[in-house]
Amino acid sequence: MSENPFSLWVYLSQSPLLWLTMTLVVYAGADAVSLATERHPLANPVLHSIWIVGLFLMLTGTSYPTYFAGAQFVHFLLGPATVALAVPLYENRKVVLAAILPMLVALVVGSIVAIVSVVVLAEAAGLPRTVVLSLAPKSVTAGVAMGIAESLGADPSLTAVSVILTGIMGAIIVTPLMNRAGITDFRARGFAAGLAAHGIGTARALCIRGNRAVACGLVWRAWRLDGIPSIAFPPSRCMLARNVPLFSTSNHSARHGQRKR
Amino acid sequence: MIVSFSLILLCQLIGEVFVRGLRLPIPGPVIGLMLLLVLLFARDHFSLLARGPLGDGGVENASRGLLANLSLLFIPAGVGVVQKLDLLAERGIAIVVILAISVVLTLLATVATFLVVSRLMARASEKP
Repeated sequence: MSENPFSLWVYLSQSPLLWLTMTLVVYAGADAVSLATERHPLANPVLHSIWIVGLFLMLTGTSYPTYFAGAQFVHFLLGPATVALAVPLYENRKVVLAAILPMLVALVVGSIVAIVSVVVLAEAAGLPRTVVLSLAPKSVTAGVAMGIAESLGADPSLTAVSVILTGIMGAIIVTPLMNRAGITDFRARGFAAGLAAHGIGTARALCIRGNRAVACGLVWRAWRLDGIPSIAFPPSRCMLARNVPLFSTSNHSARHGQRKR
Repeated sequence: MIVSFSLILLCQLIGEVFVRGLRLPIPGPVIGLMLLLVLLFARDHFSLLARGPLGDGGVENASRGLLANLSLLFIPAGVGVVQKLDLLAERGIAIVVILAISVVLTLLATVATFLVVSRLMARASEKP
């Protein structure tokens, strides 16, 4: 305590410990809030962690590279986590193989629409080239999307944010949109929800809120299979969802069991 | 646990070497994923492989542990957006609107495709 407390800050702010700890603590808090709100899409833990950490960096005048020196240990795990997607894929192999045809068709159509629509709109809005490229993979599972963005020479951070935003908006929009469109096929709705529900948070959000018509189990499945499409066709993860509805038909009761969990 | 995690890392490492070596425009971990998948399938056919991380649900448990916290892993990259605040101030609204429109279009296209394909398949299976 004899020293200026400021020197302690200078020391800590340059060490990986502080930023690694902060990332985990902020996420744990945001995740707890998300759980408390029954995984409401707007309480997405990733979204809130990002702005909280970002705000803290700005208030303390910490540069992003300094932060990343600590947080890189978390970031690194994205690679192994992508490899680990092989396990849910393997465990759902029967579903995947049974639905392989509709999956492939929906994969192709869904990914083309996802990519073309965003590129055309972004070009029309006059966004800079790197931004357009960063938005293009937004329908792919985030970990893979960031890999694609990097290889396109785009900006992975912008891609990460656009993937998350896409997932949140998808989760919010899907139910009213399907009602409005008069889609009553329960499997199709569940499938679409799975498609929109990028990443864990949003998929679970829909799942736990149990949006009547939107089959939660489908979404859940979609999430568990998430990443499959990206494997087959890197620029599209959307297709993932395909297996879901098919699955649901045969597993109606199991789905409800899952929701309660 | 360590052995299972080593297997996952090894798959990723081989994937990276493969991708870099051949200069493929695919992320290395995606190749690692396929490799692990092949190993899991191979295990079902060759009991010789069902040991170590591939036996006793070792790699399955390690993978579930990693995937359970998948959201956390996006945060460091996402925070990188602090470097793009000027872009967001200028173009943020346009980006959000574009993403929203694209989501709606993608949802509708996917639902439509699904309905069409599943109806065609149902019809085809009635015929035989």
